[in-house]
Amino acid sequence: MAYRHFEFIEKHAWTLGILTAIMVSLGGLAEITPLFMAAHQVKPAANVKPYDPLRLAGKDVYVSEGCYLCHSQMIRALRFETQRYGHYSTAEESVYDRPFQWGSKRTGPDLARVGGKYSDDWQRLHLLDPRSVVPQSNMPSYPWLADAKLDAKDIQARMRVLKFLGDPYSDAEIAAAPAAVEGKTKMDALVAYLQGLGIRNEPQAPNASAVSATGGGAP
Amino acid sequence: MTCATTECYNDHVVRLFLLASAVWGIVGMLVGMYAAAELTWPGLNLGISWMTFSHIRPAHTFGVIFAFGGSALMGTCYYVVQRTGHARLAFGKLAEFTFWGWQLACVLAMLTMPFGITQSKEYAEPEWLIDILIAVVWVAFGVVFFGSLARRRIRHIYVANWYYGAFIIAVGLLHIVNNLAVPVSLTKSYPIYSGVVDAMVQWWYGHNAVAFFLTAGFLGMMYYFVPRQAQQPLWSYRFSIVNFWALISVYMWAGSHHLMYTALPDWVQSVGMAFSLVLLMPSWGSAANGLFTFNGAWHRVVKDPAAKFMVIALVFYAASTFEGSMMAIKSVNSLSHYTDWTIAHVHSGSLGWVAMITIGSLYAMAPRALGRPAMHSHKAMELHFWLHVSGTLLYVVAMWAAGVTEGMMWRATQPDGSLTYSFLDSLVAIRPDYFFRWLGGVLIWLGMWVMAWNLWHTASDARKHIINPIPVPIPEPEPAQTPAPIPAVP
Repeated sequence: MAYRHFEFIEKHAWTLGILTAIMVSLGGLAEITPLFMAAHQVKPAANVKPYDPLRLAGKDVYVSEGCYLCHSQMIRALRFETQRYGHYSTAEESVYDRPFQWGSKRTGPDLARVGGKYSDDWQRLHLLDPRSVVPQSNMPSYPWLADAKLDAKDIQARMRVLKFLGDPYSDAEIAAAPAAVEGKTKMDALVAYLQGLGIRNEPQAPNASAVSATGGGAP
Repeated sequence: MTCATTECYNDHVVRLFLLASAVWGIVGMLVGMYAAAELTWPGLNLGISWMTFSHIRPAHTFGVIFAFGGSALMGTCYYVVQRTGHARLAFGKLAEFTFWGWQLACVLAMLTMPFGITQSKEYAEPEWLIDILIAVVWVAFGVVFFGSLARRRIRHIYVANWYYGAFIIAVGLLHIVNNLAVPVSLTKSYPIYSGVVDAMVQWWYGHNAVAFFLTAGFLGMMYYFVPRQAQQPLWSYRFSIVNFWALISVYMWAGSHHLMYTALPDWVQSVGMAFSLVLLMPSWGSAANGLFTFNGAWHRVVKDPAAKFMVIALVFYAASTFEGSMMAIKSVNSLSHYTDWTIAHVHSGSLGWVAMITIGSLYAMAPRALGRPAMHSHKAMELHFWLHVSGTLLYVVAMWAAGVTEGMMWRATQPDGSLTYSFLDSLVAIRPDYFFRWLGGVLIWLGMWVMAWNLWHTASDARKHIINPIPVPIPEPEPAQTPAPIPAVP
């Protein structure tokens, strides 16, 4: 191309703006569109279910408390990761996570398969005062969770929106939701959510031997 | 005092953004400093939810990126588009609206996020109502900018405006696509994406918020203020254009390098890694172009703190883009991901490159926009420079040390194949680094106070409303304003 072609762009704001818009759109189109298409074809594995009302409330507590800022939920396909945390995370496991909670930083350990590793009481104590159970921890305490009651009406509105977005909740499940969270606190919900992480949806792969109980399980 | 017969530059809105930028810089970094202190002394949240680390870290990132950086970008953008087009800003009222609208969005975001009203998508935490306000302000910003370009009296569009234009177009696109959500209530929404797709959209956004907010916009600033401060033309104008097209097209492909070894399809990870490596070329191209512009004017850098800020900013830009490309290599990423190395990298980019080019440009722009011959205190600028550089180095080195320590300890195995360290061992090992990081932050924050004090005194005339509007010069006739054509190849 002769220089005058470039000169034309350099002198016409609309041409410049439109060409810029085209150039910045290419990367996203190429990388996101195929995933978006694939996401509609892939069915979640049979053992991956939408969150029940209490765990859904717990997941939203996890989001609003900002837990994702220090804890990932994505075990990478690397040996030292699967040794420490269990089977690597798969795409099917997070199909009901809106938004996704993979995280980007581990000031604390990964939580993708923390469910069942500790007792409910340990989780409660740890959230109320982390240093009472792990003296060297730098995690903040979250005492207000134990006093905050869940809103029974609100959980129905949330489930309806998720159903609208495609999560398979039945009308009966939504109708029964308030009873499931009635009288429960944010602490109850968060503990239920944490205790459910990575248990029911852990892939039943033959290489389960990679998940060893040695060393790394400690917090 | 008004320009009766000729046009004057609209510097009123520029001064407002200048003030906002200085204030948000102090606020955003104060929040960051407190968050850093909480990692060292976890009791500092005092059991109060809105003071807890996980509640205020988004307020820190939003405060420094969008409130401090955004105000500086919009202010300098309005300043530059007028000077390079020899025309007054278009739509004065709308430009004023972009100021108040942006400040309102920032205040709302900073007040809601600590109370748990968040989408939990990094750097896009504010909920849907605030997102709509941001989108409206952003479109208005685009209208003012492109309207001002349309009014220009110099046909050729100077390269700084290319970068500002790309910054406006791309950030608008990213913001809208990433924040598509269905509201549940005023304070809660669910995104239309879930799982893997949401992760890819988020990091396409997250990475390109870095690309277009923290890079393209600030390169626009650099391409105007660096030649201005070096008092000579850009080293190579044509090189800046080549880098422009390469930078804006390649950056958008690189977002998936934030998701290496995750459940994201492998091909997307590899594409992200390849483009991240290619990205090094336009990044270093821009850094070299800026640095070479000082060739023959290095004696000026010694005496001029604004130029010093710019030179060190460009060095940090080259260093952190190199680091970024290396961290996108899968084997390096397996070590660095999830560790404080990431924190080191973003802060060498944001404190080293973004903050320093901003501070340099503000020191260059402020006296002109405030009707003064120079900044109030030369010594205060020098002090700020040394506080900022030493604070940044302390911060970045501490986080590098912490990140590599974590990465090495997490992967260390015994001869029998079992893991050597528990997770807690790695946290205990890096606790001292967290203290030094906080100390670095304190130095940087003190520097921001020095700048605010200096700007306050430089603005004494402006506060008494005794500054003269700057008349718009009438441009020279056309031909000399385009680069000479490339000689024909024989």
